[in-house]
Order: sequence, then C-alpha cells, then structure tokens
Amino acid sequence: MIRKPLVLASCALAAAFMLAGCGKGAPQAGAAVVVRIGQVSPLTGPQAHLGKDNDNGARLAIEELNAKGVTIGGAKVKFELVSEDDQADPKTGTIVAQKLVDARVAGVIGHLNSGTTIPASRIYHDAGIPQISPSATNPKYTHQGYQGAFRVMANDVQQGKVLGEYAVAKLGAKKIAIIDDRTAYGQGLADEFEKAAKATGAAIVAREYTTDRATDFRSILTNVKAKQPDLLFYGGMDAQAGPMVAQMKTLAVKARFLAGDGTQSLEFIKLAGAAADGVVASSPGVPLDKMPGGRGFTERFTAKYGQIQIYAPYAYDAVMTLVNAMQKANSAQPAKYLPELAKISYQGVTGPIAFDEKGDLRSGPITLYVVKGGKWDTLETVGGGAAAQK
Amino acid sequence: MDIFLQQLVNGIVLGSIYALVALGYTMVYGILGLINFAHGEVVMIGAMVALTVIQLLIGSGIALPGPLIAALGLLIAMPVCMALGYVIERVAYRPLRAAPRLAALITAIGVSILLQNLAMIVWGRQYHAFPALLPAAPHTFAGATVDDLQIFIVLLAAAIMAGLLALVHRTRLGRAMRATSQNPAVAGLMGVNVNTVISITFVIGSALAAVAGIMVAAYYGIAHYFMGFTLGLKAFTAAVLGGIGNLAGAMLGGLLLGVIESLGAGYIGPLTGGFLGSHYQDVFAFVVLILVLVFRPSGLLGERVAERS
Repeated sequence: MIRKPLVLASCALAAAFMLAGCGKGAPQAGAAVVVRIGQVSPLTGPQAHLGKDNDNGARLAIEELNAKGVTIGGAKVKFELVSEDDQADPKTGTIVAQKLVDARVAGVIGHLNSGTTIPASRIYHDAGIPQISPSATNPKYTHQGYQGAFRVMANDVQQGKVLGEYAVAKLGAKKIAIIDDRTAYGQGLADEFEKAAKATGAAIVAREYTTDRATDFRSILTNVKAKQPDLLFYGGMDAQAGPMVAQMKTLAVKARFLAGDGTQSLEFIKLAGAAADGVVASSPGVPLDKMPGGRGFTERFTAKYGQIQIYAPYAYDAVMTLVNAMQKANSAQPAKYLPELAKISYQGVTGPIAFDEKGDLRSGPITLYVVKGGKWDTLETVGGGAAAQK
Repeated sequence: MDIFLQQLVNGIVLGSIYALVALGYTMVYGILGLINFAHGEVVMIGAMVALTVIQLLIGSGIALPGPLIAALGLLIAMPVCMALGYVIERVAYRPLRAAPRLAALITAIGVSILLQNLAMIVWGRQYHAFPALLPAAPHTFAGATVDDLQIFIVLLAAAIMAGLLALVHRTRLGRAMRATSQNPAVAGLMGVNVNTVISITFVIGSALAAVAGIMVAAYYGIAHYFMGFTLGLKAFTAAVLGGIGNLAGAMLGGLLLGVIESLGAGYIGPLTGGFLGSHYQDVFAFVVLILVLVFRPSGLLGERVAERS
C-alpha cells in the first residue's frame, strides 16, 4: 500500500524525463527534469580544504539555480550536483571521470588540479561532455584540441610570466632558487617562471623537487641554502608551501619566498604561522573585494560554508556559465549547448567570462598578494585586457 | 662540507623519530611475531590528541609557557594512546593469537584503515597547523644550523630508548617479556602471565608512539589524519633494517634510515646529474627495505632465528 504512490511518482518522473530527453516534451506539472552536473576535486588528502572549497562554490550555484527555478527548452529543470573525489591523483581522476560519464552528467566542473584535469579531459572529450575547470591553470589542458575543454581562470603561461618579471623587477632578485612539486601544475608554473625570470636577467642557482604529499623539506632547503639565493620560488600547493616556509625559518634560509595561486590561501597562513609574513603569491583574477559580484558572493558563501579558500567563486561561475549556455541553447544536451558555451559572454562574479578558440579565458588578469600581519594584502593587479595566449 | 654536516643533522633528528616508532614495531614482533601495521596510526592519534589538547589550552586564554603546554599535550596524549594500544591488542589481536599469521596481519591492516578513517571523521581531512611551542631559535655550529626543538627531540628520544633498554634488560617485567618472546608456552608454565606481558608490551609501544607523534607534528609544524601511514612504513623499514625483534637494532635502523634518507635526498640530484631529483626522497627507505630483505633478511643486528610455528 505504501509503495504504490511511490511507484506512480517515479513513473511520472521517468516519463517526464524521457519526453524532455527527446526534446518534444511539454512541461509536466510538478515533475521537473533532472540535469546532473559533475564536480570533481580532491575531497580527501592534503588538498581537501581546497577541494571542499570548489565543491561548496559549485553547490551554492546549484542551490541558487534550483531556488530560482530554471526553465530549459520549456521544461522546468532541477539541477543535481554529482560531486566526486579525485584525491588530487591523476589515476583516480580518470576513474571518477569515467564514473561521471557513466552517470550521464550534462557537464563537468573540474577538476581542481591540472595534473588530474589533463588526463580526465580526454575521457570527457571522448564522451562529448563539456568541462569547465575553475582552477586548472596548466596551458596543456586547453591546448589539446578538445572543443569541450574550458577554464575560467588565466593559465600558467601568463601567471609564470607575471611572477618572473615581478621577482626580478620589483623584488630585485638576482639569484633565484626554484622548487616544484612535480605535478602538472607545479612543474608547469615553475618552468614558465624560470623562463620569464631568465629572460629578465636573473640567474637560476638551484632547481629542486619535492612531491605534493611531502612534509619534510629540510634536505632540499639545505641544498638551496648553500647556493645563497635571494629569492625562492615554489611551484605547488599551500599544504607544502606552509611547512616549507616554516622550515626555511628554522634553517635560517634568508631568501624571499614567492609562489603561485596554489599557495595564495588562508590555509597557507595557518600552516606557515609566523613565518608567513612577507611571502608574496599571485593568483589569477582580481581580488575578491574587487570582483564585480565579490561582495555579494562572499556574504552568501560565508553564511553557508564559512571562509573562502581560493577557487570557490570560480567554481560558482563555472556552474553559472554552463547553465547559461544550456539556457541559450534551450537544451541540456552536451552536443546542443556546446556551441553556445564556446561563444558565451557571461558576466560572472569573478568578472566577464568569454573563451578564446582554445577554451582559455579571454581576459585573464593576475593579482599579486603579500602576507602582512597574518593576512593577504593586495599588491597590484597585472594585465586583464589581453588573452592568456601563447 | 657544511652541507654534509647539515644533512647529517637533519638525518639524525629524523632518524631519532623513526627509531622511536620502530621500537613499537620491533617490540610487538619480538613477542608475538606479528607486524602491527596499526602502529603508525597510533602515532597519528597521539599527534592529533595532543593537537586538540594544545588548541584547547591556547584557546582557553590562560597564559601558559609554550613548553608547559606541549608537556600537558604529551601527558594527555600518552595515556590515550596507551589505552588505544591496549584495546587494539585486546579486541583485534588476542582473539586471533592461535589463528594463522596471515589473519593477524590482515587484521592489523584493517585496524590501520579503521583508525585512519575514524581520525578523518573526528579531526577532518585537512592539514592542521601544529603550533610552535618551543623556541625555534637557530644555533649555528660549524656551518650547520640546529634549533632547540631538534636538540630536544634527539635528547628525549635517546633518554626514552635508554630507559626502555634498562626496562627490558634490568627489571622483572623485562625478564618476563624476554621469556615470553623466547617461548610463550614455557614462560606461561614458569608463572609468567603471558596475556599481561603482551598487553604491557602494546601499552609501552603505544606510549612511545604518542611521543613520536608529537615530535613529528612539532618538527614539521603540521598534523593530519594520514600522517601515520608513510611514517609507519618507514619505521617498519627501520625495524627490518636493524633486525626486527631486536631493540638495539630498531634504534640503529631508525638512525641509519634517517641519515640515508636525508643524505640521499640531498645528493641524488648532483650525483645523477639532475636525472633523478630530490623528490625521490621517499624512495630510499624502500630501496633499503628491498636490499635488506634480499641480502640480509635478518637485519643488521638480528640473529638468524628458526621460524616459530
């Protein structure tokens, strides 16, 4: 007796879904079409705080869309977030990508790391599912010739260049040591930084490596110290940069510490403690308080999930952009809305979103920050008009 | 030269921590012939409990000196870990004592996963900053930088190890432990309460783990729910290197492994012309493990013992 209404309801739902799926269904009263959107980031491991940040950003967008009520192709749509954990591990990244493809998601937000995004993008491409990464900055991701691969953040060619020039011109570095974590992101950013720093006239005196799970940097810092650099650049994430900066202090390494967006988080300051002061890091985009929708987003986000780490606004914009394209195409089917996504022009909370022919963000400003008194202070914003191309 | 000296210092500090953890593996193996893979997680629990206590103390607003807060953290983390060690033995290993060894080994791995996930639920998945409570003012000797915390870690580890050796070789309890290790059945017939001795072994090993956990967390300034995994594997390697079941061997193995790792990571880049980099730091421990197992399975100080059935 209890079962019957349930069965009926699910029959109705299934019918509505099938009709809408064929594209000729009239809106059914009460029954909404479910559109699944995938989200992938590391929800466990050293970068879990960043992964959860992305997840919350996307979730906020989905909840707001559902509360507002979105109609696509005449049918009322209910969005559903399918969040997966890739542990920042490329192998796991491809497994969960396949899982999302099998779950027939209409689009994917993610992954967080370049190292997981690049191998996974092939799987989404083969399945014809569009993908917007809120935070993968390695240039390779969009340069593979996949039509469905987009990102809402400037890439590392541009960021590395800004960092390299800043290190030499503004921080006065002449002898530079570089450490990277051997991930696609860390290595890529360090390589671009090295190119730019060399071109501006600095000497690279040491190049050392670690991993994205390491906590002990004393051996490599000892080597770095012997070369007496006046600046140390780290290509990697905050979970390593924090302890690294603290260990530099106990080893009395005098070099200035400079890093990219993976380090520009609240977590970094917590982990590095008092040693964080004076650390400079860049992040694509403009500071949160300068974003067009920054203030409103911060209020809505912090009320629900607490502090923003780094990429939450980008994950939020990625979802909004995807849905905007669906609305324009009047369809949640990847093949139908992909052309709209490619030529989209959407005003997000992080700034205007439009893609170039590769899928990179057209206007990609980079902002530099410094830690002062346990807080990130804005130094300056570089670029913004030019596309991050190479 | 001063690079070499500095790497040696780094290695000795790391090695002292490995040695403390390795003792826990070797004591249990010596008595039960069981590799307690959950030992690394006990180290982690020690660090996390101490972190919670320290955070509460700092958050309480009472102005206590840093070393006192650290000592209080240790004083609470140790009994928690001791209780945990006792419970693990009582619940997971004792019922399987007569079972084939493989069953106990798999149970150990199961306990390890269970503890890791429990810690993930309790303390969350992110890295926690472990506050710097001891003055970390660096001193320079002959070109090598050493800070107070490093000196403290090495001294404390040495004192604990000396105490443990005295306990095992000079006391009645130590004699009972050695007797149980040689032959539990006969030791039981001679009036040794084998169950109590085994419980005490687990409790002592867990207390050492708690100390090691706080050391690691303070040394690197971070603590997280899976910190025990790699540390446990490396300490296990150290125990095998020294000769598993041999206390002095665990200490020697720990120190050696720390130094090998530190020097290895420091020199692999220049020696291979940049072909292999310092990110292969973790590989050394396991290369050592394979070499020891191939060329000297009984370890550096271990004697060739007949397989106990």
